[in-house]
Amino acid sequence: MPHAVETQSLTRIFRPKKKKEGSVVTALDSVDLRIERGELFGVLGPNGAGKTTLLKILSTLLLPTSGKAYVAGLDVEKDLTAVRERINMVSGGEISGYGLLTVRENLWMFSQFYGIKSKEAHARIEELLARFGLSSKAKAKVRTLSTGERQKMNVIRGFVTNPEIVFLDEPTLGLDVNAARAVRDFVMDWVQSDRNRTVLLTTHYMMEADELCDRIAIIDGGKILACDTPNNLKKTVKMNTTLTLSVYGLGGINGFDNIPGLNSYTSYKDVESGTTKLRFVLEDESCVSEIVSEVVSKGSRIMSLQKTEPTLEDVFIKLVGRGLA
Amino acid sequence: MAVTNNLKVFKDSAWLGWQMEANWTDPFLFLTYSIVKPIAGTLILVLMYIVVTGGETANAFFSYMYVGNAMYMFVAEVLFGVTWVIHDDREHYMTLKQVYIAPMNFYMYIMGRSAIKIAITSFGVFITILFGVVALDVAIDLTSIDWPLLALSLVLGLASICILGLALGGVSFLTAKHSIGINEGLAGVFYVLSGVVFPITILPTWAESISRFLPVTYWMEAVRRGMEPGVMRELADTSGYDVTGMSNVSDLTIMLYLLISVGVFFALSIGVFRIADYIARKKGKIDWTTAY
Ligand SMILES: Nc1ncnc2c1ncn2[C@@H]1O[C@H](COP(=O)(O)OP(=O)(O)O)[C@@H](O)[C@H]1O
Ligand SMILES: [Mg+2]
Repeated sequence: MPHAVETQSLTRIFRPKKKKEGSVVTALDSVDLRIERGELFGVLGPNGAGKTTLLKILSTLLLPTSGKAYVAGLDVEKDLTAVRERINMVSGGEISGYGLLTVRENLWMFSQFYGIKSKEAHARIEELLARFGLSSKAKAKVRTLSTGERQKMNVIRGFVTNPEIVFLDEPTLGLDVNAARAVRDFVMDWVQSDRNRTVLLTTHYMMEADELCDRIAIIDGGKILACDTPNNLKKTVKMNTTLTLSVYGLGGINGFDNIPGLNSYTSYKDVESGTTKLRFVLEDESCVSEIVSEVVSKGSRIMSLQKTEPTLEDVFIKLVGRGLA
Repeated sequence: MAVTNNLKVFKDSAWLGWQMEANWTDPFLFLTYSIVKPIAGTLILVLMYIVVTGGETANAFFSYMYVGNAMYMFVAEVLFGVTWVIHDDREHYMTLKQVYIAPMNFYMYIMGRSAIKIAITSFGVFITILFGVVALDVAIDLTSIDWPLLALSLVLGLASICILGLALGGVSFLTAKHSIGINEGLAGVFYVLSGVVFPITILPTWAESISRFLPVTYWMEAVRRGMEPGVMRELADTSGYDVTGMSNVSDLTIMLYLLISVGVFFALSIGVFRIADYIARKKGKIDWTTAY
């Protein structure tokens, strides 16, 4: 089976109409990506990195300057209808919709453009409206919705057409915490409920990429700088994981000396409260359980435990040379 | 995944157009739009005619002009309507890119959206002609109407205009700001060159040769022959010269010319649409708004 998405040296250059209107922008620079069926794949990058340009090309809105892009093995430049039958796209902050129609009518309209049977469409619309807490707005005219509600309606629009591959361009942009949570949970459930479903989402939120995505491509200046699972990406950062324990009634600390994978440790005993603060620098995370069982075997109680490890932020700073504000 | 059916897309889009176009909650507005507006537009022309000719409307030439002017409402409304659909979807509803990436025939969508406009216009055209017959002595005689010729020419003529709409739709992808100007210009070209209010024979020779290439020219001729055959005969007989430049051409040949020019324009329009669509994708113009 072909990849859900594959690009080969995909390049897109924007030239200004007149010289004085700015310079030539290479929005995508030889991008090679392979996204498997069933993946929830993230493209993480700052504003202007080329994320939207990538999704526009994949969704047949924009032509590449050079290179190739395939969706479900189909050429996005040539097999337009076949690609369109399999995809849908939602952009964050999207408040579009036919204002004079009701929410239900608007969603139904789009389902019909994709040839979904009316009965099936209605059932799915009701289900999705309920899922996003919009059931009470089903009969409301689109123009009366708040921007957040319109955005949620557009997320539903992206899924109501029963696509195989969904492109989400910063889907939680501008949503409040709860709505963003609802969108993330839904997207994860949607991908997991059918192995043939694929989501390619772009984001500039580290946490979102980390939490949601099976794999992440980090993009900046149109170039893919790294592409791997969140965990593998974090491993590339030479920063050790630390484990901090607060322990009550600790007998001795000699037992820690022989635990393999433990780099070093420090201990500090607070005589007054009887707790000891232990800080371990780990080379290999698998020794966490041995440390814990060593503590417990000495008859002491663990009051708190905290692990700090490299974040995607650290990965990003290492690759791009600056943070993602 | 399903295959979208053209007829279904047309039907659903027409329903969408209906929801937007017909403001049934305000019948007064609707009546103004569909009756008063076309008649008012026609009266301006009638007034100009009366001022220029010194006031005689009960003659063949007035009837010739009146019918052409009424039929022209179709040309203006369809060309304007198609551009407006794309403009509205792009700038107002912001749904253009979502509609564009749907796996349907985009043209069916535009035509469906415009269908209600055509229907309302038909009503306006009918009212205008009725008004002309009743109030202005326009010489349409129900017993002499050539119904088959009239029906066939109406269908072909409307088809030719809708086909032109396709090309305009493509061009609207490219120029958000200028598309309204372009369609007004194009509508103007048809007004002057297609024998709408004056015969093409009074045009300079080069302009008349362009006229003979345009489907609207044959449409106007065929509709008049169907609707007011007496007027056309009188014009040919009394004027001492061939006013319309086509009086010796048979009805069948006129219809054939209409059919051929519709075919040629169909091919041209598809070509223009494809090229415009390609350029729009190349330049990334589909989802681009002008931010007025
Ligand atoms: N239509 C366009 N014309 C000119 N430059 C563009 C156009 N679209 C995007 N760009 C430029 O391409 C670069 C990438 O943009 P974009 O893909 O929107 O980035 P992102 O979505 O990651 O913020 C930016 O520098 C942007 O200014
Ligand atoms: Mg973007």
